[in-house]
Amino acid sequence: MSTEVKQKESLFSKKNQRLLSDPFNDNNPITVQVLGICSALAITVKLEPAIVMSLSVMFVLAAGNVIISLIRNLIPNRIRIIVQLVVVASLVILVDQFLKAFAYDVSKQLSVFVGLIITNCIIMGRFEAFALGNGPWKAFLDGIGNSIGYGVILIAVAFFRELLGSGALLGFQVIPDSWYIANGGFYANNGFFLFPPMALIVVGLIIWAQRAKNTKLIEEN
Amino acid sequence: MKFVQNIFDQTRPLVEKDGKRNILYPLHNALETMAFVPDHTAHSGAHVRDAIDLKRTMVTVIFAMVPALLFGMWNIGRLHYGAIGLDSTLLDNFLFGALKLLPLIIVTYAAGLGVEIFFSWKRNHPVNEGFLVSGLLIPLIMPVDIPLWMVAASTIFAVLIGKEVFGGTGMNLLNPALTARAFAFFAYPTWMSGDQVWINTSGGDIVDGYSGATAMGDLATTVGQGLGNPATETVMAQFGPEGTYSLMNAFLGLIPGSIGETSALLILLGGLFLIFKGVGSWRIMLSFFVGGLVMAGIFNAFAVNEFMGLNPIHQLMLGGFMFGMVFMATDPVSAAQTETGKYIYGFLAGFFGIMIRVFNPAYPEGIMLAILFMNVMAPLIDHYVVEANIKRREKRLANA
Repeated sequence: MSTEVKQKESLFSKKNQRLLSDPFNDNNPITVQVLGICSALAITVKLEPAIVMSLSVMFVLAAGNVIISLIRNLIPNRIRIIVQLVVVASLVILVDQFLKAFAYDVSKQLSVFVGLIITNCIIMGRFEAFALGNGPWKAFLDGIGNSIGYGVILIAVAFFRELLGSGALLGFQVIPDSWYIANGGFYANNGFFLFPPMALIVVGLIIWAQRAKNTKLIEEN
Repeated sequence: MKFVQNIFDQTRPLVEKDGKRNILYPLHNALETMAFVPDHTAHSGAHVRDAIDLKRTMVTVIFAMVPALLFGMWNIGRLHYGAIGLDSTLLDNFLFGALKLLPLIIVTYAAGLGVEIFFSWKRNHPVNEGFLVSGLLIPLIMPVDIPLWMVAASTIFAVLIGKEVFGGTGMNLLNPALTARAFAFFAYPTWMSGDQVWINTSGGDIVDGYSGATAMGDLATTVGQGLGNPATETVMAQFGPEGTYSLMNAFLGLIPGSIGETSALLILLGGLFLIFKGVGSWRIMLSFFVGGLVMAGIFNAFAVNEFMGLNPIHQLMLGGFMFGMVFMATDPVSAAQTETGKYIYGFLAGFFGIMIRVFNPAYPEGIMLAILFMNVMAPLIDHYVVEANIKRREKRLANA
């Protein structure tokens, strides 16, 4: 008989900290796993919707991960996808209603993309890969970590797109009016940044920069 | 030259392996190979002995562009003095054009070479001549009045995303010059289309009856108007034998447009030079032309508006079709590599070019988009051509 006693793990042990920090860089859902790209392209024209989207995903992913983790032993394996979908869908409806009530403008800008959180690959991916096999606290940390990794990229992309495409940040004009050609200056906003293809290019550049810094991400051919 | 050589010789010990400024070695090496022909030769493996190298290929294309470049220069001046109602001599036109065009060229080269040198430094390889042609092509496909920093931004984007991302010269998927134009077109549409940017009208009163639009812009207004509509009559009169955009004017290039794209005659001259020197692929040029002709012919047969009803040959002389055919589609890196593939690639590029131009008046430069699209498709075409060849030979082997 083994004399080893199972040590109780502290809430923020090294292992648990990695759950939070890994998705930020080494295992970023967007730039490494390349999941959740649709929303990164669609709602990053301006900073505000991107922040709201990140927070929504954070709520859905963290809460969903905890719920799935709590009922993981009750779910029959064959219908687990349906159960997961029911959980996400309920949470997304909560978020959607909340936004409609308290942030109507943003809700209108995000339009269908709030509903489409249901199909965000990151969420189903974390449920399948993590929440089904771990306890609620770890699942919660994993959800928070992944949604931060997702949100950071989303916000970075939106930052460049709003700054260069509209000359504003969070809706406030950052580039002085007198710079614009119409007012006798030299500057013009870059209309390309308002198109989704530019978001793809910005994400690509972020991936490029990340891999240049973090060489262990580069696959061997 | 001796003086430049001395500078390189004197600084070499500093940057060599044990030198104090070793970190600058790639930069030194890059600048030196750019200024002088390196004296090292290959020592092993099989070689083809030939005088033609990347440098010579590039310079050949530059020579082929010179007629269109000079004509564009003259045309800038001619249109400028025409628009403000002043008489001008040949020299006046050239001088004014040079004053407008040279800054564009200098800015393009500075921006593009800056990025190239930076990457050569970071990746530790000598700067090659890859940007030589792109740097001259980019000013030729811009409108004369585009602000210089927009040209610089487009060039940097094109070299970065069009080329360096894929590994530099020879590895690019897209034609860098067209990438620059596409970027400028989507990023700064006000300065890349419309009727304000094609003719410089500074320093004088604009004459009566002046129009700054291009043939493509005018034709786009006829879409959706129906054939023989009185509303389009004045526009279409411009395309008659006496009009501004008559077939003769379009062929000679006496029309507004991007700087180097207007003169079909001189572009064709450059094209013949490229074919004669074996640098440009006649297969691509020919099939490109035929592709455009077929599409224009189909439109002409179904003509539901004046744009479609335009004489197919006339259609091909306008806009960037000729320039795209000779200088853009034939880019040896981004085009199809197999001989059969070149026919398919060229044909479809011309075909789609005319189709986009006529179907979507918001994109008067359909040629640009069509060539970029076919650039992306070229590896696929090559793949199927090679597969078909393997299949054919397998069959032959089985029958033997």
